[in-house]
Amino acid sequence: MTALKPDLKSGPTTPHVCFEAVSKSYDGKTLVVHSLDLEVARGEFLTLLGPSGSGKTTILMLLAGFEVPSAGVIRVAGKPVQDLPPRKRGIGMVFQNYALFPHMTVRENLEFPLEARSVAAQAREERVARAMDLVRLSGLAGRRPAQLSGGQQQRVAIARALVFEPELVLMDEPLGALDRSLREEMQYEIRSIQRRLGVTMVYVTHDQREAMVMSDRIAVLRGGRIEQIAGPEGLYEEPERVFVANFIGENNRLDAEVTSVEKHLCEVVTGGETIRAIKVADCEVGDTVTLSMRPERVAVNPRDGLYSNETDAIVEDVVFLGGQLRVRMTACGSDQIVAKIPNMLGHGGLLVGDTVRIGWAVADCRALAAEPAHS
Amino acid sequence: MTARWRAAALVLPLLIYTVVTFLVPLTTMLVRSFYDPVVAEVLPGVLAALDDWNGSGDPPEPAWEAAATDLRAAAEAGTVGRVASRVGRVDPDLRTVLPGTAFALAEGGLRPARGQTWHDVMVSVDSAWASPDTWRGIKEGGRRFTSRHYLNAVDLTRGPDGSVAARPEDRRIYLPLFWRTLQVSLAVTLLCLVLGYPVAHLIAHASPRKRGILLALVLVPFWTSLLARTTSWIVLLQNQGVINDLLVATGLVADDGRLALVYNMAGTLIAMAHVLLPFMVLSLYSVMNSISPQYMRAAASLGARPWHAFRKVYWPQSLPGVGAGCLMVFILAIGYYITPALVGGSSGQLISNMVAYHMQQSLNWGLAAALGVLMLGGVMLLYVLYDRLTGGRVGIR
Repeated sequence: MTALKPDLKSGPTTPHVCFEAVSKSYDGKTLVVHSLDLEVARGEFLTLLGPSGSGKTTILMLLAGFEVPSAGVIRVAGKPVQDLPPRKRGIGMVFQNYALFPHMTVRENLEFPLEARSVAAQAREERVARAMDLVRLSGLAGRRPAQLSGGQQQRVAIARALVFEPELVLMDEPLGALDRSLREEMQYEIRSIQRRLGVTMVYVTHDQREAMVMSDRIAVLRGGRIEQIAGPEGLYEEPERVFVANFIGENNRLDAEVTSVEKHLCEVVTGGETIRAIKVADCEVGDTVTLSMRPERVAVNPRDGLYSNETDAIVEDVVFLGGQLRVRMTACGSDQIVAKIPNMLGHGGLLVGDTVRIGWAVADCRALAAEPAHS
Repeated sequence: MTARWRAAALVLPLLIYTVVTFLVPLTTMLVRSFYDPVVAEVLPGVLAALDDWNGSGDPPEPAWEAAATDLRAAAEAGTVGRVASRVGRVDPDLRTVLPGTAFALAEGGLRPARGQTWHDVMVSVDSAWASPDTWRGIKEGGRRFTSRHYLNAVDLTRGPDGSVAARPEDRRIYLPLFWRTLQVSLAVTLLCLVLGYPVAHLIAHASPRKRGILLALVLVPFWTSLLARTTSWIVLLQNQGVINDLLVATGLVADDGRLALVYNMAGTLIAMAHVLLPFMVLSLYSVMNSISPQYMRAAASLGARPWHAFRKVYWPQSLPGVGAGCLMVFILAIGYYITPALVGGSSGQLISNMVAYHMQQSLNWGLAAALGVLMLGGVMLLYVLYDRLTGGRVGIR
């Protein structure tokens, strides 16, 4: 899928970036990053996704060299880098608020990393022109950052991080300051630039949609640990933890008690209903698990016998979303069961207070390890 | 409309205060530098009679009588002293000639005897009246509008024929003093910048708790009385003071070779730099505070060595603070008075000390005002220059 650059320094099997048991603590007591193991392949687009305080930015700063790990080894192309200053790591970085030098023109901003590397004047000019072209900014070289729109500043920041041709590029919530439509446009653009150049990308965001659009793999972080790392589809379809299921997309959660266990499946009881689910958590009979179901996999008034999980539900709320209807119902002892159903003929008649039949496939219902409600 | 008037009324006390305590005295002083009506008011007759006199040979006859009349009146009114001190600045001899003649005329009731003219009477009272110099002095000193103070303030004199010439080098006072003031101010500004820049940087980029402590360390001396700070420098710097004792104790300086650190230029520099340092630090701090640490991080991530990053990224962004701090310190230093007066000795005196001398000792307020106007003009020129150089262009954020 991604264009891999030939790699002479290390074998193709060596990950480009490798965290080995890396921990970080600012005060010596609380760990911001907990013994992190993470590998990023060459040419991969990896996103660190998590709420604020999850340690995603700290991980990025450790990799960039602005923070020193309290323990562990960080390797780039096989070589330990944790003791190298940032300027010797050769990593391109786009900062949260771009950090464009306000007193320099766009050209001077782009020349800065080349100047620092003593690139000859002529080659400098060529590279700057190429980078400006890459982000479609040609013609703005003489402007100062304050004279550019937010989107243009963003492009300059990206060009500056790429102009010295690093193999590894880091971005720290680079689109946070843009409005929504521009943000979506930039997501595709960054993705396409990354693929074209074949650079390895480590990208930090708290926006799960953004992560889904751009990434090859997403590492979902919480409290300094990786909850799950997988491709966008894997995270959505096969969350392994309640936190991940809730954080990525919309999720129905039901606490239930396990009544029987098979190899890959289990049977649980909640609100008096018996439900069959995929056994994700390592559970035994009598344990409490949390069921996770995507709203669009919950069918309202399905054909008889289509699903092995079926129950009665009372409609509490119907919201019209255009292509979909979002129906909130009470079922299985919870009043927060949500179904998203296609807006097709025959579904318009749902009224609040109606009793309906709902059903879902065993494959769409995952029994995850129960988590305390507050987390 | 009434609301606007009411609002204006609230500003009125400040307006009155400013006008009464600032604008009026300042303007009066400025006016004094070129306008002095005292002589013209006391000796109106003489001056009128001398109007057409070209300055050589004997003055016309009416002038003699007018002089006698005016001087007698001045002696009786008690205003002759004020006239004498003013005319005396043009020609020092007149300081005694005028009162002497005036009192002789008033007490003796002298009049020309038969066959005599006022000319004879005056010359018999004081032979100085026979010299045209005396009359020239009166004519020159009697001008209401005069450039004399300004010429004086830049060490120029007007010859008998009205031509302007520089004073001989060994009799120049103010130009060397202006030059010294300029040098000291520049040196103090530079010293403050070199000492203050790292401190301001440290404060601006310290953790909030440390920043509070460091700022307090800068502000506490800032709030301490100027007099207390200056006199403590005397304690520290004097011959038997703490610093010399330390130097002797560590063997760096022999006991009989103690350094002269106070009552000279060194004392002025040290104490002024210390007093003015907070202005520099605070100006720099306010600008540095707004420079995000992201910029230096970005520079490092882009491959710049620390020095390169500082020179290309941090320093240019801190320039507005450097400009403001230097301008502030320089302007304050130009007019500095108390510190050089206390620790400067004779070699550490600045132009403002001369202004004070003319205000308090010699009572030549016209000259003091002229010196003040020159300083004010210089500072304003500097400010306009600074504004031109930076105006609207150094827009960070």
